[in-house]
Amino acid sequence: MAKVSKAKMSKKVFKKSSEVTVNSTALKPEVVYDDDDDLKGADEEIISEEEDGEDERKRQHLLEAISALGGKRRKALGERSEAAVQMSEFMVNAEDESERVELSDLIQIIEKTSTVPAKTKKQLKNLQRSKTIECPLSKQESERIQRDVAFQKAATDISRWKSIISQNQRAEQLMFPLNQEPSGPKPMERVVTGWKAQTPLEQEIFALLSANKQPINDPILTPIEQASMRAMSLEEAKVRRAELQKARALQSYYEAQARREKKIKSKKFHKVQNKAKRKEFLKQFDEMVKTDPAAALEELNKMEVARMQERMSLKHQNSGKWAKSRAIMAKYNEGARKAMQQQLEVNKHLTQKLVTSLNGDDEEEEEAGDPELLPDFVNDAEQDLDSSNPWMRGRLSEDPTEEEANSDTVGLTTEQSGGMEYIAEEEEKVEETEDNVILREFDSRRKLRQALETDTAVEMSVDEEEEEESKAAAEDGYASDKEEERLCEFTNLFHEIVEGQSRVEGAGDAGRTDTSTQLEAEVIRIRTLGSVELLTQDNSATDKVHVESQKPLSTENLPSTTQKAGKSRKRKKKIQLKEVLTKETKVMKVLLAPTIEASEELEEKLDQRGLIKEAFAGDDVISEFLKDKRKQEDVGTSKILDLTLPGWGEWGGTGLKPSRSKRRRFRVKNAPPPPRKDQHLPSVIISEKRNSFISLHQVNSLPFPFENHTQFESTIRSPLGRTWNTERTVKKITKPKVVTQLGTIIEPMAQEELVKVKVSAGKNSCVDSLKIKY
Amino acid sequence: MKVKVLSRNPDDYVRETKLDIQRVPRNYDPSLHPFEVSREYTRALNATKLERVFAKPFLASLDGHRDGVNCMAKHTKSLSTLLSGSCDGEVKMWNLTKHDCVRTLQAHEGFVRGIVVRYCGTSFFTVGDDKTIKQWKMEAPGYGEAEEPLNTILGKTVFTGLDHHQKEAVFATCGQQVDIWDEQRSSPIRSFTWGVDSFSSVRFNPVETELLASCASDRSIVLYDMRESAPLKKVIMTMRSNTLCWNPMEAYHFTCANEDYNLYTYDMRNLDRPFMVHMDHVSAVLDVDYSPTGKEFVSASFDKTIRIFQKDGGHSREVYHTKRMQHVICVKWSADNKYILSGSDEMNIRLWKANAAEKLGVLAPREKQAINYNQKLKEKFQHHPQIRRITHHRHLPKNIYHQTKELRIMKEARKRKERNVRKHSRPGTVPVVSEKEKHVVTVVK
Repeated sequence: MAKVSKAKMSKKVFKKSSEVTVNSTALKPEVVYDDDDDLKGADEEIISEEEDGEDERKRQHLLEAISALGGKRRKALGERSEAAVQMSEFMVNAEDESERVELSDLIQIIEKTSTVPAKTKKQLKNLQRSKTIECPLSKQESERIQRDVAFQKAATDISRWKSIISQNQRAEQLMFPLNQEPSGPKPMERVVTGWKAQTPLEQEIFALLSANKQPINDPILTPIEQASMRAMSLEEAKVRRAELQKARALQSYYEAQARREKKIKSKKFHKVQNKAKRKEFLKQFDEMVKTDPAAALEELNKMEVARMQERMSLKHQNSGKWAKSRAIMAKYNEGARKAMQQQLEVNKHLTQKLVTSLNGDDEEEEEAGDPELLPDFVNDAEQDLDSSNPWMRGRLSEDPTEEEANSDTVGLTTEQSGGMEYIAEEEEKVEETEDNVILREFDSRRKLRQALETDTAVEMSVDEEEEEESKAAAEDGYASDKEEERLCEFTNLFHEIVEGQSRVEGAGDAGRTDTSTQLEAEVIRIRTLGSVELLTQDNSATDKVHVESQKPLSTENLPSTTQKAGKSRKRKKKIQLKEVLTKETKVMKVLLAPTIEASEELEEKLDQRGLIKEAFAGDDVISEFLKDKRKQEDVGTSKILDLTLPGWGEWGGTGLKPSRSKRRRFRVKNAPPPPRKDQHLPSVIISEKRNSFISLHQVNSLPFPFENHTQFESTIRSPLGRTWNTERTVKKITKPKVVTQLGTIIEPMAQEELVKVKVSAGKNSCVDSLKIKY
Repeated sequence: MKVKVLSRNPDDYVRETKLDIQRVPRNYDPSLHPFEVSREYTRALNATKLERVFAKPFLASLDGHRDGVNCMAKHTKSLSTLLSGSCDGEVKMWNLTKHDCVRTLQAHEGFVRGIVVRYCGTSFFTVGDDKTIKQWKMEAPGYGEAEEPLNTILGKTVFTGLDHHQKEAVFATCGQQVDIWDEQRSSPIRSFTWGVDSFSSVRFNPVETELLASCASDRSIVLYDMRESAPLKKVIMTMRSNTLCWNPMEAYHFTCANEDYNLYTYDMRNLDRPFMVHMDHVSAVLDVDYSPTGKEFVSASFDKTIRIFQKDGGHSREVYHTKRMQHVICVKWSADNKYILSGSDEMNIRLWKANAAEKLGVLAPREKQAINYNQKLKEKFQHHPQIRRITHHRHLPKNIYHQTKELRIMKEARKRKERNVRKHSRPGTVPVVSEKEKHVVTVVK
């Protein structure tokens, strides 16, 4: 800043402004210009001053006043009365406005001189370009800003509490004081810590203790013990204990189960169990082959050893004492035969090569092939079960018809035995035979009925005739129900019949009962569906059939075509086709007929309704209204109430009715309701449902926190008391919102709470972020 | 042969002692216990009625002051101790369990304006009309010792209020300005002014302990931060606030007792409109104190009643009054959330129960269960008209009853007028101003 002083000026001229320093900021060119103007004016005045004296001063005053009127603010000129102390260091003194030094002049010189560093030059340039610094804000404004900043800071600071406050508001139960210490006796260590040895004796003792590295402050635990404590915290210990407990419980459970199973005497059960286990093991083994070949190999070796042992031993070879006795019995007893067969099967299974058993599919195939490996005589014996004494016959020829019969009889045997595991085996056998599809169908049906037939099946072994009759009777009822529904079964049935299977269909059933007489006579009956239906309609007729089943049946009671087995299948097939066709069409009728009718009716109704509406639009409404009103009135009218209770004053029980006199006595006629309000208002229905007594206690409008009435109703409907809820639920529901402790001071919330929440929130956010990730 | 016999574990059905309750197996089949709603409704109704029957809140009156009780202070560490200062400069210390005065000291000449117990509970401070701040020991002086303050600070002006920091040896006074004092120094470490006015009360925030708020006579409430050199913010209301109290569990909420018969709960961060307006008093509200759980607060009014409000309820849940209680000047909620203490003009301090029908003392577990169950029932059926009627019914002194009615009519009339004005002026020219916004004139930054 260059300060320009005017030494020349006399004191007289400018008395008012005794000393003014002109701040000519060279940075501000405009301002500088203004100042120059002022200076010019001042010079003129100075000249005039020299000529005149007092007058001039007055004139000056006047001029000043005028200029002040003009509104242009004149800056008072500076005057320096003494020699300038703050002279420019460069000894520059501007005498006149023309000699004034400006910053630009200085800078020009600087630019020319090379000794000045570039940085300074640049700074100067910037200085030239930049404008004046704004004057500082007023005190009020600055304070205001300060306050605002401070408030923002405080507000953000206090917002930390938001989470904990909202959490407390939402909490179902709050326990005060918030930072409660656990009640109960405190540990010894905590009690003792505050205490110090005071008497010499105590001090001595403590000195000894400390010398021997015995604990002083917590007398219970030595360092070693403490370390062990630290090794496992209470939480961990609890968790571990829980784990152990669970393991123990599981073990004992399994032990108990094993014991129970061991106690079971049923061989069948164990067999099933073993089989299941074996299967399971095989499955696991397959997996093991893939995952852990070494272990699998070991297992394989074990199995191999077991197989070898089995092969060496005479177990399961039907060579034992028991097996021999069974063999004798086998002629007469089918169970024995079965048992033997199973023995052999087990043997076979155990001595199988393991290489093949590695694959699940192979195993299945082998299972399917099982029956082939059976000793022949067993099979033979089964073939002729139907004959009066098939064992005496010996081996039969292998006709296709015979084979079929064989398969059929196998089916029958399953019914007799009724064991669940046998079914599977026999299924396999059945699959072997020619007409797989048919027989499977047959089997499945048989399975369905087994429950019904078990009783009869047991008896079968005693007497065949009896068996026939009972079976027929049992199947009668069943068949008559299901017959017509199962079309496909019928087709199969006919198939069988065509193939020359020897059996008589006692009733309208699927023709499963076989009679030995028919077999002997080799008469094969084929019946049409029509006949079957006829039979089902007439049960008495079926009874007759049973009676006559011993003799070869003639065609008189059944309009069926009996034909020899040797006849061609073609013809039969034709018949079957017909049957199927007719059946199908019938079913179609049943399905279609009602729908068509319904639609027609609908249309008609709609039409009618529309017509009526169009025609009698007004009448309809009135009549409906009247009907409604009458209905309302009827609801209110008295009805006879029957209050008789059975068993009061007389015998009670099912099928007994209270006596007439009693009924008459307890038949009460309701009191007539009060007259309706709309009695004399024909065009109005006033509902009588509203009960003023009850409405006093009812809520009129939906209370605040609820959003719809169903919500409110549901809360009201759920009971809270112990009459309707378990003890634990009641306790949970009726938990008070705020719990305080008697006689404890509740301190205001402390900063520690905030830390607690932060920790938990941090955890939560971590979890959230993880969730988002995945 | 093993014979299986039906056997039961005696533990299942035999009591350990004859005092045990018999174990009764229950069938919870709802069809066996019909009419649950109506049965519970009856129970709820009975519970509400019984609550009104047992509602006897007044416990004791502590008399001994020879002038109106002007201020009170709870002891910070002992529940049974209460300090009270009266208009003749006397301070009394009370034992609440024995209902008697244990110590009396002449603290000031003229009113005792403020009294506060240090956070550690070993000493307390009083300010009075004689422009002094005095610190006293909590223990009574020994035999032969004179009753003298520990420290006395002579101020330049009258102090009207006093509060102590929650954890540090710092306290605040208010008079012509708000001063923060260090206990060790005789001059304030900081003083806040904002315009020329006098302050009626100053309170430290008990949670965010560096914050304070004060009520000024220019109808404003001013917030301060002890660490800053300038105040934070100020809200000017339509009428003056007498005192305020911070919520001890919610750092940013405070409630002020206003001259316009209402109390206002503010969120410190948003002073533009109060968070809640609490109405029911029929005269100026003179004092307010929060329950230590922060769920409710109690207010003392010039209309000779004290009322208990939920912190977020617009109307009071309870009103206490007695024939002899005059203008209630100060009120405190005890630190165990069980009692309320009110000091009034007619020289008495009264002890009330915070829950009028609560049974005092230790409860048997079954009693507790029954109380909890009844409480829940009342809550469940609170919207039913009969129950609502009974719970809300209070007997009020005649003048308060009529004044309430009158106020209601006035309010209605004003509302109607406003409605009419709105109806007959150009739409938008008369905006709807909510009750909350009505009472705030401006917020000064």
